[in-house]
Amino acid sequence: MSWPNRRNFLKSAAATGAAALAGKPQLARAQEAPRASAASAPSARAREAETGAPPAEVLTADRPGSDFMVDVLKRLGFEYVCSNPGSSFRGLHESIVNYGGNRDPEFITCCHEESSVAMAHGYAKIEGKPACVFAHGTVGLQHAAMALYNAYCDRAPVYVIIGNLVDAASRRPGVEWEHSVQDAGAMVRDFVKWDDLPASLPHFGESAVRAYKIAMTPPMMPVLLVADGDLQENPVAEAWPPIPKLTLARAPQGDSGSVAEAARLLVNAENPVLLAGRVARTPAGLKALIELAETLAAPVIDQGERMNFPSRHPLNLSSGRGLIAEADVIVGLELTDFWGTLHNYRDQLRRTSRRLTKPDTKLISITTGDLYLKSNYQDFERFQEVDLAMAADAEQTLPALTEAVKRLLTADRKRALEERGRKLAAAHQKALEAARVEASYGWDASPISTARLSMELWAQIKGKDWSLVSGAGGWPARLWEFDKHHQHIGSSGGAGVGYSAPASLGAALANRKYGRVSVTIQNDGDLMYAPGVLWTAAHHKIPLLSVMHNNRAYHQEVMHIQRMANRHQRGIENAGIGTTLLDPSIDFATVARGMGVYGAGPILEARDLGPAIRRALEVVEKGEPALIDVVTQPR
Amino acid sequence: MRFAILMGLAATAWGEAPDAENGRHLFARYGCYQCHQLEAQGAAATGPRLGPRPIPFANFTKYVRRPTGQMPPYTAKVVKDSELADIYAFLESLPAPPPVKDIPLLNQ
Ligand code: HEC
Ligand SMILES: Cc1ncc(C[n+]2csc(CCOP(=O)(O)OP(=O)(O)O)c2C)c(N)n1
Ligand SMILES: [Mg+2]
Repeated sequence: MSWPNRRNFLKSAAATGAAALAGKPQLARAQEAPRASAASAPSARAREAETGAPPAEVLTADRPGSDFMVDVLKRLGFEYVCSNPGSSFRGLHESIVNYGGNRDPEFITCCHEESSVAMAHGYAKIEGKPACVFAHGTVGLQHAAMALYNAYCDRAPVYVIIGNLVDAASRRPGVEWEHSVQDAGAMVRDFVKWDDLPASLPHFGESAVRAYKIAMTPPMMPVLLVADGDLQENPVAEAWPPIPKLTLARAPQGDSGSVAEAARLLVNAENPVLLAGRVARTPAGLKALIELAETLAAPVIDQGERMNFPSRHPLNLSSGRGLIAEADVIVGLELTDFWGTLHNYRDQLRRTSRRLTKPDTKLISITTGDLYLKSNYQDFERFQEVDLAMAADAEQTLPALTEAVKRLLTADRKRALEERGRKLAAAHQKALEAARVEASYGWDASPISTARLSMELWAQIKGKDWSLVSGAGGWPARLWEFDKHHQHIGSSGGAGVGYSAPASLGAALANRKYGRVSVTIQNDGDLMYAPGVLWTAAHHKIPLLSVMHNNRAYHQEVMHIQRMANRHQRGIENAGIGTTLLDPSIDFATVARGMGVYGAGPILEARDLGPAIRRALEVVEKGEPALIDVVTQPR
Repeated sequence: MRFAILMGLAATAWGEAPDAENGRHLFARYGCYQCHQLEAQGAAATGPRLGPRPIPFANFTKYVRRPTGQMPPYTAKVVKDSELADIYAFLESLPAPPPVKDIPLLNQ
């Protein structure tokens, strides 16, 4: 059977409603031409034969292609479509809210396409599957681009559909041309894993399922589908095409030879170190890493890109970079930057680096990064030589590695490992105590220290089922007790600022149905990129407590300008120009209230913080967002 | 510097003898606070704690002039020796924090 795309739809219209089309340009927009369906056309023709009058123009359609597209999205199990509206996908939009009943997926109104994508990014890291994003042709996709780049660098699945009108002869004059593009995917092809422009509904069904599968195969990444405007809007007379079955590909596991070799090296090592990057895609990854570490009594340095390892586990030595210098075997698990982890780098006039490891240290890598690489954007970091490389998914490979290690462990070796485990546990405890002492300096300072902010927050949430829907970096990683996979979501991936506010909201949206208390420590500069996300939080009643880390600056950049000023021996007092958010200071509580979100602050005194957090949490536990503006030390 | 003042710091007069109050002001004005924080309490990713009980003064000036790590250099052209002495006096004047055992939030 052939399915009506723009061209053959018009062909069938021409054949069945020949008289109506006579004298009209062949490629008139379907909306102007009679949208004759196969069912209605013959009666129109019969009427014309009887009366000699032209048939009444068909102005309505019962089964637009976009209804089928919504069926496909439902079949794929999407809960949400995060979107800022745009006419290039008006068909899809209307089908979601009416035909689809605005449930699974439900339309989440976003105020910026970057927010739509970043929400989907945060959602994916809690839910383990993508949310859908609709974006408007050229303009929406360009806004979405940076957030797509973050998700790409962060190996997170995001599923984007944009509207576009391929057939130039069918476009409305004016703005529909500005919003149409010949090759939409080209805008973002360097940082999505796959994109397609389906030409028919069967093609849409196949590509939609393929895109989902590709996005969810490690290394996970965003995908893009272009939904042609005619394909969305043209009515369909035939039965819907079949929707292919979705079977996700199993993540690749390291080959048995390499796993055995890695196990041998690890069992014989005196000072092995496990480096964890994006290991725990799911709670199973967290469990698998605990098992390997405990079996080997090996320390884990968790780089915090996922919730890989419990923060208070005695083998967690994430602050112990000294271990790298002592190590004889190092395993890099889904690392972004193996080289950067093994080297010290000096950002002075002459840039220098120094290798931290001993010359004979054996290096093993397990990463899907070896399976998929693009050329243009340089997120793959510097090349690191290794001794054994498994092009495989770490989470999938860890159980086999642990089994292989267990098989090689003799009773003697186990005793030696127990001794090592005790030493590491003592080092872990020492690091925790040292961190507490460091946190006590500036404890009562105003602006409030980041250590104080973190501990005031944790005190209020630790007895609940909480989720820090931002990175755990800094004080939480050092001082909070993280032991569940949903307790933090890692970082942006591409360090494209503006990620945190929407991603935390997307993660909070995913957490909502589990009744978790979502909290985030929100930077001021980051929120200012697209503060409209606050309105989205209020509108959709997404419970999220945002505690501002308001240092009234793009502080990272303050430090960079200072570095340049010092180097050039001039103007060392001017680093605040262009980098601070002062004069006026932003009153985030008022901003929040203006968007319908509970807002408190600015809070300058540490003693006021605990009570403010308690009050805001009451709001959040009633199911609404809240924001507390806390004026903080820079870091 | 306006932004320093707005961060809650008061400008004070310049003095010849080491002057801790002026040192606090310079610590902010010259950007030391950016990496070492306003109470010099330090931050893991940007710069270590500097006080109270700073490293000996000779080592202190030597480090500030010619850092061996990530810290950007402050030459005599931009920070006078006397100003470093004031900053040092500020670091010395910082109060010791309460013991960790007396801070319940740090014993969770
Ligand atoms: C851009 C960040 C930055 C700025 C600005 C900065 N520092 Fe530093 N400082 C560092 C870092 C990082 C270190 C740790 C050693 C290293 O990597 O250089 C450090 C180390 C030091 C040390 C050595 C501490 C020790 O225990 O050995 C002293 C002293 C010091 N800084 C004083 C200052 C003073 C005084 C200022 C302002 C005049 C200042 N710093 C400004 C980043 C900075
Ligand atoms: C899209 C984008 N623009 C600019 C930057 C450069 N940049 C890096 S950190 C930063 C400051 C962010 O400010 P804030 O979120 O308040 O964090 P702070 O550094 O103050 O802790 C900027 C502008 C970036 N990384 N991404
Ligand atoms: Mg900031």
